[in-house]
Amino acid sequence: MNNKKKIAMYWGAGCGGCDVSLLGVHEKLLDLLGEVDIVFWPCAMDFKYEDLEKMEDGSIDIAFYNGAIRTRENEEIAKLLRRKAKMLIAYGSCAIEGCVIGLANLYSRDEIFDAVYLNNETTPDGKVPSHELPEFLPSLKTLDSVVKVDAFIPGCPPPAPVLEAALNALLNGKTDFLSNLALCDECPRRDSKPDKIEIKEIKRWHSSKDDGRCFLAQGIICMGLATRAGCKAECINANIPCTGCMGGVDGMAGIAAISAVASLIDGNDEEKEKKIIESIQDVVGTFFKYSTAKLLPEGRYKDEN
Amino acid sequence: MSFEPKIVAFLCNWCAYAGADLAGVSRLKYPANIIPIKVLCSGRIDPEFILHAFRNGADGVFVGGCHPGDCHYIKGNYYARRRILLTKKLLKEMGINERRLRLEWVSATEGRKFATVVSQFVEEIRQLGPLEARK
Repeated sequence: MNNKKKIAMYWGAGCGGCDVSLLGVHEKLLDLLGEVDIVFWPCAMDFKYEDLEKMEDGSIDIAFYNGAIRTRENEEIAKLLRRKAKMLIAYGSCAIEGCVIGLANLYSRDEIFDAVYLNNETTPDGKVPSHELPEFLPSLKTLDSVVKVDAFIPGCPPPAPVLEAALNALLNGKTDFLSNLALCDECPRRDSKPDKIEIKEIKRWHSSKDDGRCFLAQGIICMGLATRAGCKAECINANIPCTGCMGGVDGMAGIAAISAVASLIDGNDEEKEKKIIESIQDVVGTFFKYSTAKLLPEGRYKDEN
Repeated sequence: MSFEPKIVAFLCNWCAYAGADLAGVSRLKYPANIIPIKVLCSGRIDPEFILHAFRNGADGVFVGGCHPGDCHYIKGNYYARRRILLTKKLLKEMGINERRLRLEWVSATEGRKFATVVSQFVEEIRQLGPLEARK
């Protein structure tokens, strides 16, 4: 009897990088393919939704869902996959926290349509497409807000070391494969972190000279202090500060980072401290780049005045 | 029915909470809209507490700590001051009026000040209206 595990992979609202990230495990992919049967993967093979509907409930062993839920179609497939699969895995930051496309929750559906279709210089005589398209939901949702999720594989896209550990664990029926430490723990710049950081000026990574020390000690906001470890600090190794795609260790990385970064700011002078905090541009985009959909699940509040 | 604001007040054990106690013992009147939560230090208040309150129905969040220089733990209130500033910036970007979050220094002897600032804050939130309706 064929006792290979049946797996499925679906691509929701996302960039497609998650589908590609499976290739990141290189030759280990061949071992993986030897152990599993792919029964549904629209991005790589020709499957139709009818094929999925015809499968027996619970017949898929592991279903990976990458991308967020932005349209009614995404939502329906999420529910369908939940029915058909024994285990449903949120794969990648979009499915878990909404990721970069979750920043759209700072705007209403009407504002998005206005910017994309109606009042956009590159789309003359703009019209909102309405025929034969799945409904565009009022706000972007994460997978776990629609269906029960059994495990999360974080990252944008999941880095190879995380993915490898996750696949090994999942194929053996385990779900505890995530590190509970912050990225600082595996940061190559860890030794250059002073005992006490006092940020006197907020610098932007792209416009300041990197001296090779801990980014926070240089005044560059790095999310590593609140972000889950496991990626082997890929970005820091490429001299780029962490932006937090792995999500928080416990709760949302953004909130923990706001708390931590605020306390690292030099607070000897109230006026100066105000200026430094004022100079932090785009708080949501900096601290919640990957989790705005969690921060604002129903979109932005309308409470300005 | 008229709108009664729900306000969560995080008060530090050593100053603001004692100030609230004094207001009570001195029989000073202030609106019953605040729900006081005692924390050991205003520096203990994580922005998550504040967002959690707003997510779960609070119309305003009040934070009371020791005056600068008076913190029982030397500088917890300075941490609080910076966190509240950054959290206010976050609230603004989330579309929440930053006036819904207020930080005040209240010492253990300032029962009168506690009653006054709480009354003012409740009135301000009453003017702003319920947060739930502005989702």
